[in-house]
Amino acid sequence: MKVLVVDDERDMKTLFEQRFRKEIRGNEMEFVFAFSGEEALDYLARHVHEAVLILSDINMPGMSGLDLLRRIKKEFAPPPPVVMMITAYGDDENYQQCMQCGADDFLTKPLDFNVLKEKLKTKN
Amino acid sequence: MSEFSNIYSGYMFVETFISFFLIFQLRKTLRTFHPDAQWDKQLTIAMYVIGVVALLEIVLPIEYITKWIWHLLLLLIIVISFRKQEFFSTRMTIYAVLPLVVISLIKDTLDVLTTDFYITVEKYMDYAFPVAITWMIALLIRSRKQHKAQIAERKKRHEEEEEYKLITERKAELEAVVLERTAELMTQKTELQHALSDLKSTQAQLIHREKMASLGELTAGIAHEIQNPLNFVNNFSELSVELSEELEQEINNLSVSEGEKITLFAFLKDLKDNQKKINYHGRRADAIVKGMLLHSRKNTGQKELTDINLLAEEYLQLSYHGLRAKDKSFTATMQTEFDQVLEKINIVPQDMGRVFLNLFTNAFYSVTEKKNLLPSPQGDKDKTPYNYEPVVTVTTKSLNSLLGEGGSDKGVEIKIRDNGMGMNQEVLNKIFQPFFSTKPTGQGTGLGLSISYDIVTKIHGGQMSAKTKESEFAEFTIVLPA
Repeated sequence: MKVLVVDDERDMKTLFEQRFRKEIRGNEMEFVFAFSGEEALDYLARHVHEAVLILSDINMPGMSGLDLLRRIKKEFAPPPPVVMMITAYGDDENYQQCMQCGADDFLTKPLDFNVLKEKLKTKN
Repeated sequence: MSEFSNIYSGYMFVETFISFFLIFQLRKTLRTFHPDAQWDKQLTIAMYVIGVVALLEIVLPIEYITKWIWHLLLLLIIVISFRKQEFFSTRMTIYAVLPLVVISLIKDTLDVLTTDFYITVEKYMDYAFPVAITWMIALLIRSRKQHKAQIAERKKRHEEEEEYKLITERKAELEAVVLERTAELMTQKTELQHALSDLKSTQAQLIHREKMASLGELTAGIAHEIQNPLNFVNNFSELSVELSEELEQEINNLSVSEGEKITLFAFLKDLKDNQKKINYHGRRADAIVKGMLLHSRKNTGQKELTDINLLAEEYLQLSYHGLRAKDKSFTATMQTEFDQVLEKINIVPQDMGRVFLNLFTNAFYSVTEKKNLLPSPQGDKDKTPYNYEPVVTVTTKSLNSLLGEGGSDKGVEIKIRDNGMGMNQEVLNKIFQPFFSTKPTGQGTGLGLSISYDIVTKIHGGQMSAKTKESEFAEFTIVLPA
């Protein structure tokens, strides 16, 4: 399963790689990283239907996570990839907004990687 | 003799007339200048008597008696006029008639004493008579002028007096008005002073509220910024511990000597311990950040109709037993004075529960501190010093028409009081500020009350205040609108 992680924090790459080191080593999962919404769209355009799951931060400079979510859900040929939104603001308003834009799940920072692993396993 | 008789009789009437005229003048003088004098009635009677005697004199042959009556009467009038101050202004008139009176008196006296001598003198007397008449007329004219001047002056003085009286009256009126105005102004002044002090306290409250609000926002903002880097610290330190453990296994699989392995394991252990410490303190910081973030929560929980009495009771027990579990020696009396007819109100139960928990924990902490601080009486360490009994009291009260402007609003007032350490004014001023704590480092984040304040004021639109007396009591009052 190929997962695209979108976050402007570059250390998120290292963190994911270490957190999922066993899964990566066992070839259960593959991670690709994008550090902005634009980069993510670019990747998705070049690698059609490769990434089955996208984890995106909402608050990013430039294109926000919500914009990215809308464009993915609108522009990509069905079936569109599963998109999980991640945000530091876990309030109801943010949640509703994500759900309206078609998010498949909603996670709040700080990420609990054990919960995330469980969720990814069920999506697999 | 007939000639003399004629002159004499004419002369007699002159004396009658003069008497009448003088008394009339005296009475007039009295009436004008001394209206309060007693003489008026007697003088009027005297005038009547003169009239009657004059009539009798004409009808009956009693001239030889009456002429002496006139002489005596005139003398009496003259004497009285000169002796009484009241008649001072008639003196000019008296001077006018005086020669005439003297002449007639001498004439009649001589007439009685020596007839011969009288005849000799008579001629001179007859000359003197017209002179005296002329004198009289001249002086009377002068007197009249003088009298008129006096009247005019008197009138002027009277007018002046009237004017003065009027001025005095007006002055009194004005003074009364001034007094009234002054009183009015004083009342207005006190009213204004009250308004000013009200304004000042309202302003202070507003400033305080604004300060709290901005501090809350600032705190939440800082927390947000710290949260992300802190997450990395926590995550990577946790990973490092895991990686160290994996490294340990890898080393075990290596074919190196036991001695080298021991050295490597020792390094690894230190490394792992360090990572654990980083993680431990990172988690600590994370707990603080979580507390700070509570300031920015916006309606996270759902409001529901809640029985405040039940909620307070529940959290009172919770905090008491929580503390008991940590410290077996801890005891305190819990008192509840619940308003039994308290209406349920719309609140977020978890949030208000947090407020209660904070306040109760603080109260219990304060009474425990006081108990520990009070010196025990020497030689009797088992007894509670000074019989201090820690008490925490919760009071609820239904409020009607005390909140809001409509007057129809209802609400609930909750008071949480402890007889512990209390606070000084300086501490009291800061208790709702984030990170302000009187507890030793590590025992309190200083966020409890600031979050409680936010929950009460921002989430529930209520009010929260505290009053205290150092080393006697602390009382927190929460007012929640229905």
